[in-house]
Amino acid sequence: MTFPNAAVRTEPHPVATATPMVAFEAVTKRFGDAGDQNQFTALDGVDLSVARGAITGIIGRSGAGKSTLIRLVNGLEKATSGRVVVDGVEVGGLSETGLRDLRREIGMIFQHFNLLSSRTAFDNVALPLEIAGLDRAAIRAKVAPLLDLVGLGDKSDRYPAELSGGQKQRIGIARALATSPKLLLSDEATSALDPETTQSILALLKRINAELGLTVLLITHEMEVVKTIASDVAVIDRGRIVEAGRTFDVFTGAKHETTRSLLSAALGTNLPDWIRSNLKPQPSAGDRVLVRLIFFGATAFQPLTARLVTELGADVNILAGTIEEIAGEPYGSLVVAYPADPAVTERAERFYAATGLSTEVLGYVA
Amino acid sequence: MSPDMLFSLLSKALWQTLQMVVAAGLIGSLIGLPIGVFLATSGKGELFPAPVSNRIIGAIVNAARSTPFIILVVAIIPFTRLVTGTSIGTYAAIVPLTVATIPFVARLAEAAIREVDKGLIEAARAMGATPLQIVFKVLLAEAKPGLTLALTLTLVSLVGYSAMVGAVGGGGLGDLGIRYGYQRFMPDVMLAVVVVLIVVVQAIQSAGDALARRFDKRNRKT
Repeated sequence: MTFPNAAVRTEPHPVATATPMVAFEAVTKRFGDAGDQNQFTALDGVDLSVARGAITGIIGRSGAGKSTLIRLVNGLEKATSGRVVVDGVEVGGLSETGLRDLRREIGMIFQHFNLLSSRTAFDNVALPLEIAGLDRAAIRAKVAPLLDLVGLGDKSDRYPAELSGGQKQRIGIARALATSPKLLLSDEATSALDPETTQSILALLKRINAELGLTVLLITHEMEVVKTIASDVAVIDRGRIVEAGRTFDVFTGAKHETTRSLLSAALGTNLPDWIRSNLKPQPSAGDRVLVRLIFFGATAFQPLTARLVTELGADVNILAGTIEEIAGEPYGSLVVAYPADPAVTERAERFYAATGLSTEVLGYVA
Repeated sequence: MSPDMLFSLLSKALWQTLQMVVAAGLIGSLIGLPIGVFLATSGKGELFPAPVSNRIIGAIVNAARSTPFIILVVAIIPFTRLVTGTSIGTYAAIVPLTVATIPFVARLAEAAIREVDKGLIEAARAMGATPLQIVFKVLLAEAKPGLTLALTLTLVSLVGYSAMVGAVGGGGLGDLGIRYGYQRFMPDVMLAVVVVLIVVVQAIQSAGDALARRFDKRNRKT
C-alpha cells in the first residue's frame, strides 16, 4: 500500500513528547446571550492537550459538550473565553481567511458522513481540493490513490446512495485526507455503524495514524471505540474534563463516577441486577463481602485467584468476570464474594497488599 | 368556426403564451433564484447572516405574493410602460408576469435550498470553503432536483397567470378562450383552448419531472 500524502510531509513524524497538536486552555463556551435565562454553558474551563501523532479520544454522554469541544478546534464554534491553540496557532485570533487556511490542514469526519448526494465518490473526495483551487489534473492525481487507500478504488463512480454505511465513511475519510491534513477530527464517526463495520473503520483510522503519522482527535460516547484505538483519553461530563491521561491508566484507575459508569458498560463489569439490588453498604453478621479484583500489568498473568482461595481459607464465589484488552494491554476484572468475617477480610487485605492486586469493595450481601 | 381559422387562432395564441411563459419564467427565475438563495442563507447564524435584510426582503416577497395577480397587472402599469414603452400587448404583459414570478421563485428556491442537509454545510465549512463556494458547490448542487421541480411549478403557474393578462391585451391561450369561447359563445374554441393548455402543462410537468429525476442521485440502488 502506498500513501500519496506521505510524500508531501517533509518533517519526520513528530513524537508525542513535542508541543501538543491541540491545546485547550481554560476554554469556556456558552450558547445564548449573557443574562438570557436560556443561556447554556456547554464547556466550563476546559484544559486539555492533544499529543502530536497520537490518537486521543474524548468520551462522554450526549450533551456532555464533546461536539462543541471538537468544533472549537477548527473554528466551527468560537470559544466564549480561554484559548484553543492548534499547532501553535490560536484559533480564536484568526481572521476568516486564516481560519479557512487552518481548516484546510484539519480533516474532519462525521457521524452521518455528510457526503454530497449529487457527487460520485470520486467527486466527493475531490471537493476539498476543488475548494482549495487545484486544477483537474492535480485533483485526479490525488483522489485515485486516496480511494485505493480506503479500499474503494473500484467505487469511484458510485453515488453515496449506492454505498453502504461503512463505504460512505471510508469515502468520508478519504475526503478528510485529501488536503494532506496534520490533524484529523472524528465526530462520532462510527456511531451510525454496526459493530463489525465499526471495527473495520477503527482499524483504518489506526493504520492511517500509524502510517501517515496523522494526529487523530475523536469524540465518541462508545467506550469500545476509545478502548480499541485511543492511546490517550479524556472523559468529559457536563462541560468539564473529569479525567484525562493514558487510556490504560484512566480505565484501570477510573476515579470519577462518569468514567466508572461508562466503563462498566463497556468492560462487562456490571453486576447482575439481582445482586446489585441486594447490595448493602454495611455488613451485618453472617454477610458476605463483594470485592472487585482488577488484574493488569504484572498481576494479569499470575494465578492469583487460586492462591486467594488458599490464603483466605474460606469459600470464595465468583460472580462476574471479564478479560479485555485496553489500548493493547490486557485488563481483567473479577467480582468475588467471601464471608465478611474480620479474620477473613484481614487475610485478604494482606494478600492484596503483598501481590499488588487492586481491589474495590462493592458492598455486602446476606 | 372553420378548422383553418381555429388552427390559426390557436397557433397564434399558443405562440404568445409560450413567449410570455418562457420570457417571464427565465427573467423571473434569474432574479428570483438569487433572492431565494439570499433568503435561505441570511438568517441569524447562517452563511451570510443579515437577519434584518432577510426580514425586510421576506416581507416584500410576502406582500408581492399576497397581491392578487390581476391587481398587480394594473397596479404596475406605469412601471410596465417605463420598461416596454407601452402598457398593452404581449411584451407589456411579460412585465407583470415577471414581477409576479420573482417572489414565487424566491420562496420555492428558498424552500428547496433549506432542504439541503445542514451537515453538508458544516462539512464544507470544515474543508475551508468560502460562503460563495458553499452556495455554488454544495447548496445549489444538492438542491438541483428540488430547484428543477420549483422551476417546473413556476412555469406551470405562469401558464395559468398568462390567461389573466388578456386584460391588458397580452393575448395568449387564456385570452382566446375568454374572448371567443365565453364572450362569443363558442364552446368549441373554449374546448380547444383547454385541450391545448392541458397538453402544454402536461409537457412542462413531464419534462421537469424527468429532469429532476435525472439530477436526483439520492435514491439510486446498486
